[in-house]
Amino acid sequence: MHNIEGRDLCFAEAIREALDQAMQHDSRIILIGEGVPDPKAIFNTTEGLREKYGITRVFDMPLAENGLTGICVGAALAGMRPVMVHQRVDFALLAMDQLVNNAAKWHYMFDGKASVPFVVRMIVGRGWGQGPQHSQSLQAMFAQVSGLKVIMPMSAHDAKGMLISAIEDEGPVLMIEHRWLHHVKDLVPENYYRVPLDQAKVLHEGNAVTVAAFSYMALESLAAAKALKSVMGVDIEVLDMRSIRPLDIAAVIKSLRKTGRLIVADTASRTGSIAGELIAQVVETEFHTLKAPPVRIASPDYPTPTSHFMAERYYPTPQTIADAVVKIIGLETDSENYHQLLCALQDNRPHDIPNRDFAGPF
Amino acid sequence: MISDLQPVDDLALFYTMLRIRRIEEALAQRYAEQEMRCPMHLCIGQEAIAAGVSAAIATEDLMFSNHRAHGHYLAKGGSLQGMVSELYGRKTGCCGGRGGSMHLIDLTVGFMGATPIVGGTVPLAVGAAWASSLKKSRQVTLVFFGDGCFEEGVVHESLNFAALHKLPVIFVCENNDFSVYTRRNERQPDRPIFELAKAHGMDAFAGNGNDVEEVLNITKLAVDKARNGAGPQFLEFRTYRWREHCGPNFDDNLNYRTSQEIESGMKDCPVEAYKSKIEKVHSSFKHIISLYEQEIQDEIASAFAFAFSSEKPTVSDAEGKVYA
Repeated sequence: MHNIEGRDLCFAEAIREALDQAMQHDSRIILIGEGVPDPKAIFNTTEGLREKYGITRVFDMPLAENGLTGICVGAALAGMRPVMVHQRVDFALLAMDQLVNNAAKWHYMFDGKASVPFVVRMIVGRGWGQGPQHSQSLQAMFAQVSGLKVIMPMSAHDAKGMLISAIEDEGPVLMIEHRWLHHVKDLVPENYYRVPLDQAKVLHEGNAVTVAAFSYMALESLAAAKALKSVMGVDIEVLDMRSIRPLDIAAVIKSLRKTGRLIVADTASRTGSIAGELIAQVVETEFHTLKAPPVRIASPDYPTPTSHFMAERYYPTPQTIADAVVKIIGLETDSENYHQLLCALQDNRPHDIPNRDFAGPF
Repeated sequence: MISDLQPVDDLALFYTMLRIRRIEEALAQRYAEQEMRCPMHLCIGQEAIAAGVSAAIATEDLMFSNHRAHGHYLAKGGSLQGMVSELYGRKTGCCGGRGGSMHLIDLTVGFMGATPIVGGTVPLAVGAAWASSLKKSRQVTLVFFGDGCFEEGVVHESLNFAALHKLPVIFVCENNDFSVYTRRNERQPDRPIFELAKAHGMDAFAGNGNDVEEVLNITKLAVDKARNGAGPQFLEFRTYRWREHCGPNFDDNLNYRTSQEIESGMKDCPVEAYKSKIEKVHSSFKHIISLYEQEIQDEIASAFAFAFSSEKPTVSDAEGKVYA
């Protein structure tokens, strides 16, 4: 995916390497979360760090999300640089007071006299019956709060570089990780490097349609793009948005001026989604560029059901994205080409696990 | 290095209380002019806790506070000009006008910040103490909160973590029996607050919050223990709020407490009580008092003058500093 020196590392390994190198780099960094030093090590993202940095820098945590978020904010105000982890983003809801009232506001309300360098990693679950309280995609809710930066890297390369940038940032940064990305491999440089927290990236170039995608949906959009190109000769431009707040609207507009058509693919439910915000911002200034109404691809407006029988259509797939492309361009679906597209994107794997060799933990 | 503190001068202790009282009276008097356009919670009647506690710690020690923070801020050494200007929404305010009375800060004297979400700053104090502990500093951190705050889950989460890691933090509960206009017996079962704190695994003490020397002595002991590795300390001081929950006035008209109760509460005045105690040991006390009163009035006049002459921020000042 990247024309750079590096080794194949999965997303989880890249996060572990980012934490390791950052902690080596700066002794003020401390790491805390429920299960951080336990045998499963937050899906191996914190493996060996307790052994390497000791009990005064790597902590397990009482089951007290709001209190410990505030304690991390206080530690940050007093010179530390805490990194906190929630195995599921749903648990971070217990900490909304400290995130919204203190972490996000402190710098502003005290006129810039103090700041809160604080990273919170939150993992979004999916599949294997994660259900209503273990698989929410709440990025838009966090992004609504001025003072918080919210990022969702998709590749292992960006996970490492963006986590390092987040840790070096002087303010609070929420990094939302999709659980189905943790095992996805990419070329990851060995050195300590930064990826900016405010820039989308072009994953696949094209002139037909702009697909602005978030997190796991960027990976799904890439699969759709490859099939559309090889089967139908349609080139779509896929943007991995990478950052939720700020949104890189300039990158979307640049692509849109080439394509004139916009599809936004989000991991969240439709109503109030960041996809809607992105479209609103684009339409306000680029209405004249649009050849067709913009499209949101998102999950339905009800919680995630647990039973895999009910959850089967809950998540959009590469086929959903390809269909939206076919429709927005106005291509025939009663054609041999379209039939071949369906075959190319056909996926006979169980829908509730990321791939055949993935056996959990979820 | 934080040096051991010298024995406290009784006149200095008295001066701190008197100064807080006179400053808040002046604020109350001018509030009706409607130029201090922010909610204001006065601590009149509760000055002994701010004064006694602050006299037991060093400037390098850290302090967090809540919505009723004027006394804490002033006792810790926070700039009066910065506070008054903040209440008037001026650029020279300690938050540049972004905070008002409920958000005070003066990092030059270790006053880390006050905010009005109940329980909001309690974990921050624990976090700051955690940082001091990790840095092996001798600094202690202190946080003020009320009896209502003790009902918040986040406070118990904070006590748990502080006890677990034996952090140098001192929790100061100002128990005035009221959360806004609701008495404690409508909110909590009949059990002592400090005993519950003790059950978290820390030293806990209770005392008369209107007796400044008692506050000082209890806090000195606690600070000494916290500074020397004995872990968190919890102090509960009983006191009484004279005026309305929010605003400059008395509130007899609301009838949630009797005028007899308010009168009896005001008879237990921390400033007057300490005045009668120390006037006997100072031969020229009357003269000293008149000098103090004059000095404080001059300082107040100059702080108001400073605020009035300070530049007003504009709408464009509201942007920026959202991200560090």
